[in-house]
Formats: sequence, C-alpha cells, structure tokens
Amino acid sequence: MDWKTKLLIRRIISLVILSIFGLLAFIPLYWMVITAIKPATLTLQFPPELFPRNPTLQNFKDVFQRPMLFRWTFNSLFVAGAVTTLQLLLCSMAGYSLAKKKFPLGKLLFSIYIASMMIPRQVTLVPLYILVSKFSMIDTYWGLILPGVAAPFGVFLMRQFMVSIPSEIIEASRIDGASEWGTYFRIILPISKPALAVLGIFTFVGEWNNFLWPLIVTNTSKMKTLQAGLALLQEEVPMQHAFLMAGATYAAIPMIIIFFAFSRYFLKGVTVGAIK
Amino acid sequence: MAVTVWKRMWKQRAGYYFVLPHFAFYLMFFLIPVGWGVYLSFFKYDVFTQRFIGFDNFVNLFTDWLFLKALGNTFLYTFGVVPLWLGKALLVTVLLYPFRNSIKTFYKALFYLPHVTSSVIISMIWLWVFNPTYGLLNYFMRSVGLEKIAWLGNKFFAMPSLIFMQFIMGGGSTIVLLSAAMASIPEYYFEAAKLEGASSWKVFTRITVPLLKPTILYAMIMGTIANFQTFSNIYIMTQGGPEFSTITIGYLVYTTAFRDYNLGLASAMSMVMFGILAVFGFIQFKWLGSNVEY
Repeated sequence: MDWKTKLLIRRIISLVILSIFGLLAFIPLYWMVITAIKPATLTLQFPPELFPRNPTLQNFKDVFQRPMLFRWTFNSLFVAGAVTTLQLLLCSMAGYSLAKKKFPLGKLLFSIYIASMMIPRQVTLVPLYILVSKFSMIDTYWGLILPGVAAPFGVFLMRQFMVSIPSEIIEASRIDGASEWGTYFRIILPISKPALAVLGIFTFVGEWNNFLWPLIVTNTSKMKTLQAGLALLQEEVPMQHAFLMAGATYAAIPMIIIFFAFSRYFLKGVTVGAIK
Repeated sequence: MAVTVWKRMWKQRAGYYFVLPHFAFYLMFFLIPVGWGVYLSFFKYDVFTQRFIGFDNFVNLFTDWLFLKALGNTFLYTFGVVPLWLGKALLVTVLLYPFRNSIKTFYKALFYLPHVTSSVIISMIWLWVFNPTYGLLNYFMRSVGLEKIAWLGNKFFAMPSLIFMQFIMGGGSTIVLLSAAMASIPEYYFEAAKLEGASSWKVFTRITVPLLKPTILYAMIMGTIANFQTFSNIYIMTQGGPEFSTITIGYLVYTTAFRDYNLGLASAMSMVMFGILAVFGFIQFKWLGSNVEY
C-alpha cells in the first residue's frame, strides 16, 4: 500500500468515527421531530416506526390549542429580548470602561467580575428570591428580567474584545472634539459589532432556554416562560408523548434557526476568554 | 495622598459613569445576594422563624444522610460526565484536525447543535428515549437481542443513564474550543515530529495534549462547574429517584428552599457547593496549571 492509500483509509476511518458521535447527538433531536409528527396512537406501539408513514400536524394543533402556549411564547420573547437589549447596552459601556479607562479600583472591579463568574447559580437563588419578593416582583416581568441583566459574563466578554481596540483611535476622536458619550457611541460601538453580535446571540439563547429562575420566580401560569410551561406540560400529561414532543419541537425550532443563521458567531463566541 | 486619589478619581470620572449602570444591577442582583446567601446560611430561616444559629446548618448537613447522598451523587455525576466529555472532545478534535474547513465547520455545527436546545427540551426527549415500554433505546436493545431495561426506573441504572445522556449530547462547546486552540498551534510542530518518525499516538501524547493543556484545563473547570450544578435533567426526568439514586445538590437546594421552605439550610447547602467548586478549581489549576508557551 502506498502512502496515499493509507492516508485515504485513515481519513475514511476518521470520518466514520466522527459521524457515529455526531449521529448519536443528532438522533435524539430527530426522534423529537419524528414523534411530534406521528399520530398520537402510534407512539404507544412497539417496535416504534423510525420513519413515519403517515405524518400529521395534529399534535401541533393540539399544542396550539393549549390556552397559555402563546402567552408563554410571548413571555419568553419579551424577557429574552429585554435582557438582551439591556445587556448589550450596559455590558458594552462597562466593558469599554474596564478596557480603556484607567481609574482607581478599576482593576479590582474587573477581578470581581471575573471571579464571580465561577459562582454556582444556587448560591444566589435563595437570597435573590427573598430580595425579589421584598420588592414585590415575584410573578412579574421585572422579577424575570432584572436578575438576568445583572449577569457578569457580558461585561467580561465586551472588555476582552475592547482591550484590543487601539487607544489611538479613542484619543484621536477626543482630540477631534467628540464627547465621552460620542466617542463610545460613534467609535467604540461600531468597532465592537462582532462582539456585540456574539453577546446578543448568547444572551438571547441563554435567556430563552433558562429554566431554573423562571421556575422559581413565577407562580401563575400566565407569567411562565416557554421552558417553565413545557415542564408544566410534562408534569400534567407525562404519557402524551406525541403532544409533548410537538411542544418541545415548537420551543426548540426558533433557537435552531438562530443557530444556523448565526453559527459562525456561536462557534467564535465559545472561545472568548479561553484562547488568546 | 488621599487627596491625589480623589483627584484622579474625579479626573477619570467618565470611567465610573460608564461602568456604573451595569454595576448597579450587578451589585443589587448579584453581589448583595451572594453576601446575603453567606449570611442566611447561619440562620434558621423558614416561614415561622428567622433566628441566628451559628454553624448549626452546616453541622446538620454533614450528619444528614440525604445531603451526603446528594453530595456523593453529584460527585459521581460530575466525575462521570467531565472526563467522558473531555475524552470525546479530544478524540473528535484530533480526528477533525486534518480535514478542510467546510468539513470541520459541518461537524462542529453538528456537535454544537444540542447546546442551543434547552436542557428542559433535551430532558423531555431523553425521558421519551429512555421510556421502558415504548422508548427508542429499548427498541435498539431488542434489535440487538438484549432485554429491555427500565433505564430511569432502576436505582442502579438511573445515574449511569443520566451520565450516558450527558455524554452523548454534551461536549460540543469543548470541541469548538479545542479545535480553535489546535488551529493556533504552528503546523510545523506536527510536521517535524512526523518527519522524525513519531507515531500518531506519540504526537498526540507528547505534542497535542501538552500544547492544548491550558484549553483542556479551562474546559475541565467550566465543565466541572456546570455539571456540579445540574438541575433541569433531574427535575424533569427523575425528581431525584428512584430511592434517591439521582438526587444531586443542585436539585436538593431547590427542594429544600422551595418545597420545604427551609431557606437557611438551602443557603448553607449552596455554600458547601461553592466551597467544593472553589477547591476543585484550585486543585485543577495546580495540577494542570503550568503555562505552556509556543
């Protein structure tokens, strides 16, 4: 065997192994969609159909009949949208300050931001719950949104990106007579678009998928987000597999679309902070 | 001295203006809750009483079999999942390395896809996959001639099943991370080793792994932190059962606080959790921490 054949065989073996791992992660998602478009009775059949012969949209119709479903969807959209908007504005400002302004306590502040990213969510859960109830914000949009805005990761991400912006640009803008705010708005923000895109996408997807906090801070069905709503459905009708998978598919599809539309930002965003 | 600091602060006030809006939220909804959590962990805090009890919560925790069980399960889960993830991610990264970019991007996207799907949805899907009577996994078991298994209904299988699920679905971000790190290693390192006749295994253990060490460390710490807090899969799939075989600290904190309304005890649990993670981080850093220059 010459070396070319050897190389080819190696490549093929590599592809087979990669595809096996990839398929294993993909099959459950496929199974969700397949179950969602099966007639409900066919889910209680063994062996199961791997390729549905009579696909139907009935399960989705049933899910959409569910009184609160669109309300949950709206809540998820609104909460994720609000947190993302506020994070983009506030984190880019804070990141700019920590990257480019030299002021007393600035370094300490940044260290606190970094260290706090290691704290598990359970640590703030109970006090945050008491705090939010003292503010009478249990079961309100405020209670859902404000703790999300406080997350430190965005500041870290923006600061890491903005450190590499040449300071000369900022000085030049100041010499040309731009105000602090004008410099931030007209110089820093446009340069930071890639970082803003990464932060925006990660925050939106993270908030859309967030479960623990919405579970705790909401009491009534009408304030639940889609994830908390799905968990409720799972508890109510655990045996209606087709119905549940239709709900899951409905909640998963927007994020999958966002992922494919912006995949290069996702793949880039993962490396922030880990690789210089 | 003090005057000059104030002067500098005044001169650089724009710095504070820009950081303050976020910091206000961060202080109110993050830092204060962390401090308050520490404070609460020394209190008996429930519907009826709010009373300082010193270290009693902690003493009670370490004599409470359920907490110790949860602690053990959480260790089992984390140390099951994280090495499997890292192994999978390293294997995939190395195998993917020689391919051209379009193929790399395709596989990276494939592996990352489960990460944009919420843990609630993933758990719902796997609850269905693990279904003892009609589930996909038991269908495969039967197709290869094995018996059906009550994956989540059996106290010996439940935890390994959850680890297996996490192994199959996770690791995508580590793959993306390691691929990026590996792409930044100069190619002639690998070429030189090959020219001198090093085997693939040698190249992997002597060059690839040492050069990826900082990234592996990062992925390990992040993976440990994330899996140590696991909650959604337990909440949706097992509620800690059967016979508490899958109860984790992340889940026990939730039930203690929001079902039993024992807020002080739950805070103490979260502090223990935090303490353990801090120790882990420190050990992992010491163990793998020496920086690599290339």
